[in-house]
Amino acid sequence: MPAINLSKAARDQSHAPSQASRVFDLAEMSLRELNQALHNLTAGSNETAWEVLNPKGSHSVAVGVGQPVTIEVRGSVGYYCAGMNAGSTITVHGSAGPGVGENMMSGSIIVKGDASQYAGATGRGGLLVIEGNASSRCGISMKGIDIVVHGNIGHMSAFMAQSGNLVVLGDAGDALGDSIYEARLFVRGKVGSLGADCIAKEMRPEHLELLQSLLDRAGVTGVEPTEFKRYGSARTLYNFNIDNADAY
Amino acid sequence: MTYRNPPTTPRRSATFDDYTLSEIRRAAATGIYDIRGGGAKRKLPHFDDLLVLGASISRYPLEGYRERCDTNVVLGSRHAKKPIELKIPITIAGMSFGSLSGPAKEALGRGATLAGTSTTTGDGGMTEEERGHSKTLVYQYLPSRYGMNPRDLRRADAIEVVVGQGAKPGGGGMLLGQKISDRVAEMRTLPKGIDQRSASRHPDWTGPDDLEIKILELREITDWEKPIYVKVGGARPYYDTALAVKAGADVVVVDGMQGGTAATQEVFIENVGQPTLACIRPAVQALQDLGMHRKVQLIVSGGIRNGADVAKALALGVDAVSIGTAALVALGDNDPRWEAEYNELGTTAGAYDDWHEGRDPAGITTQDPELMKRVDPIAAGRRLANYLKVMTLEAQTIARACGKNSLHNLEPEDLVALTIEAAAMAGVPLAGTNWIPGKNGF
Repeated sequence: MPAINLSKAARDQSHAPSQASRVFDLAEMSLRELNQALHNLTAGSNETAWEVLNPKGSHSVAVGVGQPVTIEVRGSVGYYCAGMNAGSTITVHGSAGPGVGENMMSGSIIVKGDASQYAGATGRGGLLVIEGNASSRCGISMKGIDIVVHGNIGHMSAFMAQSGNLVVLGDAGDALGDSIYEARLFVRGKVGSLGADCIAKEMRPEHLELLQSLLDRAGVTGVEPTEFKRYGSARTLYNFNIDNADAY
Repeated sequence: MTYRNPPTTPRRSATFDDYTLSEIRRAAATGIYDIRGGGAKRKLPHFDDLLVLGASISRYPLEGYRERCDTNVVLGSRHAKKPIELKIPITIAGMSFGSLSGPAKEALGRGATLAGTSTTTGDGGMTEEERGHSKTLVYQYLPSRYGMNPRDLRRADAIEVVVGQGAKPGGGGMLLGQKISDRVAEMRTLPKGIDQRSASRHPDWTGPDDLEIKILELREITDWEKPIYVKVGGARPYYDTALAVKAGADVVVVDGMQGGTAATQEVFIENVGQPTLACIRPAVQALQDLGMHRKVQLIVSGGIRNGADVAKALALGVDAVSIGTAALVALGDNDPRWEAEYNELGTTAGAYDDWHEGRDPAGITTQDPELMKRVDPIAAGRRLANYLKVMTLEAQTIARACGKNSLHNLEPEDLVALTIEAAAMAGVPLAGTNWIPGKNGF
């Protein structure tokens, strides 16, 4: 299934900074200065709007932010952008390298382009929206995060996913949800294959309602929850049984 | 009277010994591999195979009790803004809340703090008990990331990225259903009562280049304040140490195969990895080759039991040692006072290793509310502190006898080996000779 608005979003990298924002140009200032300034924010600070220019693939952009500010990153980022985000809204106007939003606690991350491996890994809360495609291991070991991918996701996504929701408007690669625990997976397109202990499940009214709310939060329109299938754990590997050894 | 040929004495096989036969029968009956806690139990070359030479005409000793022998160590001075300083070079290794009871974790924190050293979280997140009672707490960053959050990262005193552990290099965590209580389940975001098998690789990085970027992220999140350790199982200590240094570690922790685990397969514990003694010199050599010895600190663990082990490890070039199993024994693990209950479990005090079953009579490796009451965290912490102080005094006794005014001035020249194997592994001469196997073409 084709990604939605991918090519336009991926090119959306060249905004001029707006007037009200505090602007950090990584061509002139260091990553350390940026993250320290973000960590120095205290509750109730007036500096609620930030812009980061010229990230040029830098790693660890805006990691460990703990206040409800908005951060517009104008360009593509390297590894672990917005890692451990707790409460802020971070938009990447470009693509993101591996581990975007890893271990997010709360808040929102929007990637306008594509995301590399491990997007949202071990995330515990908040919302990660990827408007393009996500590579392999999207949502690996997720622990409560909600992830919405407009495009496709790669293989081994939601591996050992413990909790939270992964919504994929496009297709999923092989071994989806391998060794999954209690996370819920909703895929609109094709699934390459299901991993060990992951099965298709009935879409009950409460799931349709949940999915609609996830689509609404992610700003997805023109898509109905009934177009998705739900996947989750068969729970046959929860307690060891030698006759399941082939599945391990 | 008829003549009977003399019978031969029944002969048991050395290959198929009693233990092996019992294991075959057990596997055939149950259809599951044997899981247990602890480290390698087989006999391995160890610190007992080394001797300290002491003073002689060429080296004069220091007076016991009167002349100084420093024991403190600074960890994390390479990059961290806030390196940690410990009074003694013996730390408490990572052991999870989940595998251990809350009172046991609290006791470890209390004991370590009384003795002036650090304790370490484990594969289950940071509990208030241990944070509250530990002056210096190392927070482990593990593949499972159970309980991981930025607040706890920032209130830790150091961060330990765990790549592997000595009992199971290449293996993931395991916590069986009996121990997944409500509290453990909530901290790990897991359903209660399932068999938890954590991943063996980190979810968002693989290899040394990624590790460098991961360490950068952790430093950025914590504003470069915290020392960052990298812990590896004793597999390829030379290259693992070198790669950890390259990736930016402040401290490298190498855990030999005697190092314990909460639970893993017996076959894994006994057959994968290298003995602690075999890991030290390659790790030290890697640091020396990179010009980083004493700049990046080396901690070694796995089978450290007394001050002699500490002194010998330091003489081989490590900066500190870490203890896990021995610390649990100090708290009361495997105490003969519970012998009747060990017998009921089909074992005996000193051999109990079914820590994963959660029925520990000593109340340490359990989540059973009644059993865990048997650990008084204050008294158990005091015992651990006593033990740590005794180990330190023992190591000082040996160092002073070698004329050293700091434990860290002990050196390989203070040691000889009793066996060829130990001489080769430790890189010190076989006793009575000047032969170091593998050196100078021999």
